[in-house]
Amino acid sequence: MAPYIGTAVSRVDGVAKVTGAAKYAAEFSAPGLLYASIVSATITKGRITRIDTSAALAVEGVLTVLTHENRPRMADKDEAYKDEVAPDGSPFRPLYDDKIKFNGQPIALVVAERSEIARFAASLVVVEYGAAAYVTDVFRRREAAVPVKAPANPSEALFAPPKPRGDADRALAAAAVRHEGEYYVPIEHHNPMELYAATAIVDPDGKLTVYDKTQGVQNIQHYLCGVFGLKSDDVKVMNPYMGGGFGSGLRPQFEVVLAVLAARALQRSVRVVLTRQQMYALGYRPAMIQRIALGANRDGTLDAISHDAITVTSQYEDFYRQETAWSGLLYTSANAKYAHRLAHLDLATSCDMRAPSAATAVYALEAAMDELAVALKLDPLELRLRCYSDRDQHEDRPYSSKALRECYRQGAEAFGWSRRNPEPRSMREGTDLVGWGMATGVWDAFQAPITVRIVLTANGHAEVACATSDIGTGTYTIMAQVAADMLGLPLDNISIKLGDSSLPQSPVEGGSWIAASVSNGIATTAARIRNELLRLAKQMPGSPLADVGSDDVALADGKLVSKRDSSRAVSIADAMRQGAVERIEQEETTNPAQDEKRAHNTHSAIFAEVKIDEQLGVIRVTRVVSAIAAGRILNTKTATSQILGGVVWGIGMALHEETQIDHTFGRIVNANIAEYHVPVHADIHDIKVIFVDEPDDSNPLGIKGLGEIGIVGVAAAVANAVYHATGKRVRDLPISLDKLLA
Amino acid sequence: MINFQYVRANSIADAVNLIADDPAAKFVAGGTNLIDLMKMDVEQPTKLIDISRLALDKVEDTAEGGLRIGAMVRNSDLAYHPAVEARYPVLSSAIRAGASQQLRNMASTGGNLLQRTRCAYFYDIALPCNKRTPGSGCGALAGHNRMHAILGTSDACIAVFPSDMCVALALLEARVHVSGPNGARTIAFDAFHRLPGETPQRDNNLEPGEMIVAVELPSAGFASNYSYLKIRDRLSYAFALVSVGVGLEIADGRIKAARLALGGVAHKPWRDTRAEAALAGQAANEAVFRQAADIVLRDARGFGHNNFKIELARRAIIRALTQAANGTPQSQSNKKIA
Ligand SMILES: Cc1cc2nc3c(=O)[nH]c(=O)nc-3n(C[C@H](O)[C@H](O)[C@H](O)COP(=O)(O)OP(=O)(O)OC[C@H]3O[C@@H](n4cnc5c(N)ncnc54)[C@H](O)[C@@H]3O)c2cc1C
Repeated sequence: MAPYIGTAVSRVDGVAKVTGAAKYAAEFSAPGLLYASIVSATITKGRITRIDTSAALAVEGVLTVLTHENRPRMADKDEAYKDEVAPDGSPFRPLYDDKIKFNGQPIALVVAERSEIARFAASLVVVEYGAAAYVTDVFRRREAAVPVKAPANPSEALFAPPKPRGDADRALAAAAVRHEGEYYVPIEHHNPMELYAATAIVDPDGKLTVYDKTQGVQNIQHYLCGVFGLKSDDVKVMNPYMGGGFGSGLRPQFEVVLAVLAARALQRSVRVVLTRQQMYALGYRPAMIQRIALGANRDGTLDAISHDAITVTSQYEDFYRQETAWSGLLYTSANAKYAHRLAHLDLATSCDMRAPSAATAVYALEAAMDELAVALKLDPLELRLRCYSDRDQHEDRPYSSKALRECYRQGAEAFGWSRRNPEPRSMREGTDLVGWGMATGVWDAFQAPITVRIVLTANGHAEVACATSDIGTGTYTIMAQVAADMLGLPLDNISIKLGDSSLPQSPVEGGSWIAASVSNGIATTAARIRNELLRLAKQMPGSPLADVGSDDVALADGKLVSKRDSSRAVSIADAMRQGAVERIEQEETTNPAQDEKRAHNTHSAIFAEVKIDEQLGVIRVTRVVSAIAAGRILNTKTATSQILGGVVWGIGMALHEETQIDHTFGRIVNANIAEYHVPVHADIHDIKVIFVDEPDDSNPLGIKGLGEIGIVGVAAAVANAVYHATGKRVRDLPISLDKLLA
Repeated sequence: MINFQYVRANSIADAVNLIADDPAAKFVAGGTNLIDLMKMDVEQPTKLIDISRLALDKVEDTAEGGLRIGAMVRNSDLAYHPAVEARYPVLSSAIRAGASQQLRNMASTGGNLLQRTRCAYFYDIALPCNKRTPGSGCGALAGHNRMHAILGTSDACIAVFPSDMCVALALLEARVHVSGPNGARTIAFDAFHRLPGETPQRDNNLEPGEMIVAVELPSAGFASNYSYLKIRDRLSYAFALVSVGVGLEIADGRIKAARLALGGVAHKPWRDTRAEAALAGQAANEAVFRQAADIVLRDARGFGHNNFKIELARRAIIRALTQAANGTPQSQSNKKIA
């Protein structure tokens, strides 16, 4: 049997999805299910001075209207609201009190027999406010932004700026060639296709089953226990399928609190579904103002990097990532310094969004590198090669693997980079200016502790269970592939259970760590199954495996086979019959190896071609090549899809995406997907994905993960191509055509 | 969204009677605009009168050599109708430049004329808007006005009428047939939509209770020299920043007659007969086109975010005229600008 790992297996959940058999959080039902509609604040900051629900309550079919005045009890301490990935601060508590912290904040929940009635009644809730002054514009908080400090305890320093090295100021002052620029990325929203929704079902025994759109069912379960003082047995959280998360579902969102509040208040099952507009009251990618200074020697080697970032968060939590670290990591430079400040705005807390911090920071770094290449009169790719670093620049340690050089080589070749005329505005095609740009991408290769249970039955079927999530990336499929290979069974004999908080432990699905974590977890547990089978097989009279050690057998084609002599084998069925067992169940926790001596990262090289109408500024991204080094690729089909999606998103980041806020009113004015632009089919042309070989031994399967790397660097490659085409350097995204007209 | 009644009209007379009985009622055709506005509580009709099944779905030749388009002809059906493709390709092209295939499959001819502005302040009942709530102020004036008007604005309103199809209808000098409590009448296209002035709540000159039954095209279709050029923030499925519809009659390298209308720049499809007159009799060259553009934009005024539209419109006018004169109209499939 050929291995499944590394092949283009189609999604095992594909049929369920296209036939509608796959159910999402808003599709689960229960007898007597009630429907709830959220009333959202229309001011940006202040207090609710009066909330009149009488008209809403008078509507036939309305059961209750929950507000801060009549809601059931919720916890009073911040600790109860802190989820697995909460930043420092005081998490938002829906319907907790009369305070308004951001526009669009949920302030009441109308529960009714039908969703139409709930929505109608919600429009009848009358709210009076005492408004307070507010600021939603990062440029107005620029001066008041607060430096991110390195905590006293370095183990908590996960996201503080890295330690500086050398003397960047002096090196910059002395540099033969310098580039300094300010780059801006606006707030962006995730806009997953599936709306946030929660269905809280009150089971006959009074316990709760909550179907919630989330990237971490156990995170939600733990959170609900804290907020409502529940025992862990009282509530189960489920999310078998997810229509896109992109980081927006890492933390608990308010729909789940509201659904459970209503279910507890009424002792009835309740469903809450956000409207598309309400989705913009959730988290977002923080806007980022960045100043990058690069100092280089004439030969194109870097001597100094300075990266100064301001990112946006709310007034009540300090969300940030290590935004400045990427620039100091990627290229060889003896001197580097960083500063990161937080602008506290009267908005909801920002949150992780695909390749959080890297998507924005690497855009700025790679646009700056392009500008430096121009200043040096050097090919942009050649500059990257001259600054190439084989060691992690922060810790001065080697990488577990780094095939970025190969990404550059294969990407450039596939793109035809060598035919690029370096002169801006030099390449034309009729009325179009043609531009070629490139950039580097980088992301982390993480692995997290995880527990996997496998139940093997005598008929040769295995059920693999873990409380992880498949947020649409293909986790079901790669889990099935790995399990099939590790257990030596056909793919069809594997069933996957995930998205259920009662299953064995999993971290939230983020950071690109699930593929490596769960796959190696399956391998560990499968080895335990194999050992148990071997124990049984050895008991067979005249067992051919009697003297074979556990490291010397493998599971293949439904049999335990000696690795040295394939004629010595026992079928799974025979071994289990021997032991008179119907099922073998094993559950095992897999911890990542402690490998602090090496750095673990994925890399990419992106090449982009744009064609721009010279007069009208209309931009088409006609070609993109993305060459990826991300360890072992488990499934070439789902992996390619991940990268394609990342490239599409990167094109959107470069040209389209922007959450527009009217700062006079503090309201988002494009809170819908007609006006919040992402690329449509017409914007997407030829995209080629290359996976370069990158053997890695950080974990037994050599997996690095690739959910995030696909977007990193793409915006810079496009922006650099726009410069090459037009000679105009646009340093604030998105590059809308008006910025090219002037 | 409020609770509402739904009734189906059996005939034009029935529809007109039903709406006369209930001033808070509204017609619904494709529903692609009205239902959105109802969900946002911008429109709150207590009754919907469904006219989508009336026999108004025909495209017929007129005695004068034109076409009569029923109010319920779907945008897609109209765009791909053989007579429209052959005789009025600028209309076909303009429709295809708008919205998405799915929306065009639903959207009706009458509904397209009556779609409302996409101004964010109009769409959000928590924000001021004189068009939605007269007297509440204009949020866009000092707010996000990137998409807004540069021509024919007033202090009360700088919203844009967003239709692509209507830009073509304006330059083709279509006429709108309506039926109402006081009988039937015909409105010239240019007199159909209004400028905002002091009454931005009125988009057009339809009287209360009146229904559009058909749109009529005169015979002149400019099928040889035309273009519809739409400039937007992504290559499809976005409203126009600026769009330009052009129809030319050219003989011996000279422009005999010209029609020029713009979308995305005003509270109505912006036709400029002075610019058209300036083109007539001239050689088809860039200097002439530039002059025409300067005439169109002589009173243009930006409000901050949309200042760029003035220069963009100038260049788009020149390009669209060039495309039309050369007989190389803008394709709506290939998004490269011809
Ligand atoms: C996401 C999105 C993108 C879009 N993009 C574009 C675009 O790029 N370009 C563009 O031009 N358009 C665009 N549209 C708008 C679309 O063209 C209109 O929504 C559509 O034409 C409206 O037609 P309808 O039949 O659905 O009207 P409805 O929504 O049914 O009705 C609209 C209005 O017209 C009234 N009405 C309808 N028919 C009649 C009649 N016969 N007599 C009297 N009153 C009537 C209704 O009462 C209502 O007030 C877009 C729409 C959406 C939702």
